[in-house]
Amino acid sequence: MTKRDRMPRNRISEFFDREDVLGYTLLIPVAILLGIFVGYPFIYGVWLALTDTRIADSTSGNFVGLENFERLLFRDSIFIQALKNSFVYTAVTTVFKFVLGLLMAAVLNLKFRGNRYVRSATLLPWIIPTVLSTLAWRWMFDGSFSVFNWMLRQVGIVGPSWLGSWPWPFISIMIVNIWRGMPFFGVSFLAGMQTISQELYEAAMIDGSTAWQRFWYITLPLLRPVITVVLLLSTILTFADFQIVYALTGGGPANQTHLLATYSYQIGLRGLEIGVGAAISLFLFPVLAIIVFLTLLSLRRDD
Amino acid sequence: MSKTSKLFRSFITTYLPVIFICVLTLFPFYWMVLTAFKENRELNDTVMNPFIFNMPPTWEHFDFLFVKTKYATWIVNTLLVSIISTTVSVLVSIMAGYSLGRLRFRGANWLGWAIFVTYLVPPTLLFIPLTEVVSKIDLPLNIWKGDLTPQPILNSIWSLILVYPTFLVPFGTWLLIGYFKGIPRELEESALVDGATRIQAMTKIIVPLALPGLLSVAIFAFTLSWNEFIYALVFISDVETKTVPVGVISELIRGDVFFWGELMAGALLGSVPVAIIYSFFVDYFVSGLTAGAVKG
Repeated sequence: MTKRDRMPRNRISEFFDREDVLGYTLLIPVAILLGIFVGYPFIYGVWLALTDTRIADSTSGNFVGLENFERLLFRDSIFIQALKNSFVYTAVTTVFKFVLGLLMAAVLNLKFRGNRYVRSATLLPWIIPTVLSTLAWRWMFDGSFSVFNWMLRQVGIVGPSWLGSWPWPFISIMIVNIWRGMPFFGVSFLAGMQTISQELYEAAMIDGSTAWQRFWYITLPLLRPVITVVLLLSTILTFADFQIVYALTGGGPANQTHLLATYSYQIGLRGLEIGVGAAISLFLFPVLAIIVFLTLLSLRRDD
Repeated sequence: MSKTSKLFRSFITTYLPVIFICVLTLFPFYWMVLTAFKENRELNDTVMNPFIFNMPPTWEHFDFLFVKTKYATWIVNTLLVSIISTTVSVLVSIMAGYSLGRLRFRGANWLGWAIFVTYLVPPTLLFIPLTEVVSKIDLPLNIWKGDLTPQPILNSIWSLILVYPTFLVPFGTWLLIGYFKGIPRELEESALVDGATRIQAMTKIIVPLALPGLLSVAIFAFTLSWNEFIYALVFISDVETKTVPVGVISELIRGDVFFWGELMAGALLGSVPVAIIYSFFVDYFVSGLTAGAVKG
């Protein structure tokens, strides 16, 4: 009885002792998860973008070829604006986040009392729910009660209408993005700097180098792998951003501050034109593909 | 004299930049706290110095949240979603990470890169087709009440619990592959020689050794779930089912009227849980955050 009981169990555990069997078996959950909720939706999204599907409309869902893309590119000036905005938003904020992040890392790398606490505290913008902190910014940019304009008024300057007239609303969303993303750059660069051997700096100091030379010839080149990965990750997140615009301007005023993701939401889910909405978010794909390719390339080279 | 000038120098070159960075990053939170405790009369005044309390602080905005809105329910929903999806994601990531990090089989390398690519896919690329997919899924949601009839998961927190692992697991797997690879092979081999099965070696020896990595993944996953916005916004329309970020922005702004006191009180309370967890586990958090960047 006991012998019979044990035999098959042993055979099963022997079966799972094979590396390939156990290897594939352990991947089943992740394969199901990513298959249903990432792989399939991606293919389905491409199909939707080629149809005139509308929410709650059973006569819709017909194949229309590239009509949605044609409409967006040639007959939708809001879309063109959103596309342009996405590129400008990504380029401008990335430059600022990079420079400010480097400065932040350099400062946090200094020795001072309370260093540990300051380092932890400066990462807060990255930790706190973005929509909630963006609401605080919206209040600080308020038309009548803006704290920035209150300060400017004390020195006799009339502040801008931050969320009112172009280009201020667009500048405002970029300010919030820079504020939120800078700590990620700073903390990653700091982690990179701490892996650089102190002896390199000491040797350079004996050779009579200036602080600037040490930064330029030691710190920056050795940070290169970190910089590459951080820039690539941040570019993806920024280009596909949704929350800051949604919470700060809602794409307004007059649809001037949309990014691809917020416009896709407005057309696809608010406006019920789900086919066109899917087409808009597909415009994220080429940029994403290029970045993914570059990321893989840089990671493989470092290996 | 040289001592004072030294102090002055270190103030200019070190403490001044440090203070500047702190003000830059923390000012919005200071503003959030200040607003949450100010009376409406003070908030609607444009002359008084806004940096201080000109009138005594008040709890009225917090009272409003718990008496007049479903804020307490949103907190419970967010907690449930975050805890369950974090648990599921950690388990799935352990399995996938162990498989790809320690076992040698054909395609392992290639599959690891495939998972990394899904880590890079932003939610805004897929949210529209994903909404359609989720709207077609029915599951027996009241199974613990003995009710087996399938119900639509859209508009229930289960839609979020099912979908959040899609962005948590790729990150967790990627991080754990690194951890598992760092554990010496001899540990496992000697256990196998001693007669342990491979599954026993994994669960009893290797996984416990990767505990710091598991903590990083769990803390990161919890924070990401707590902060998630677009899926929660799109999948949930029922007031009772909303999460904190969506509830605050959709229920506390009525048309053009902003209840700033209530909004900031809601934002503050919604930020406290992640801030507390973060403050206890800063090091795990930072190592998770920089793992991709620094280790490559």
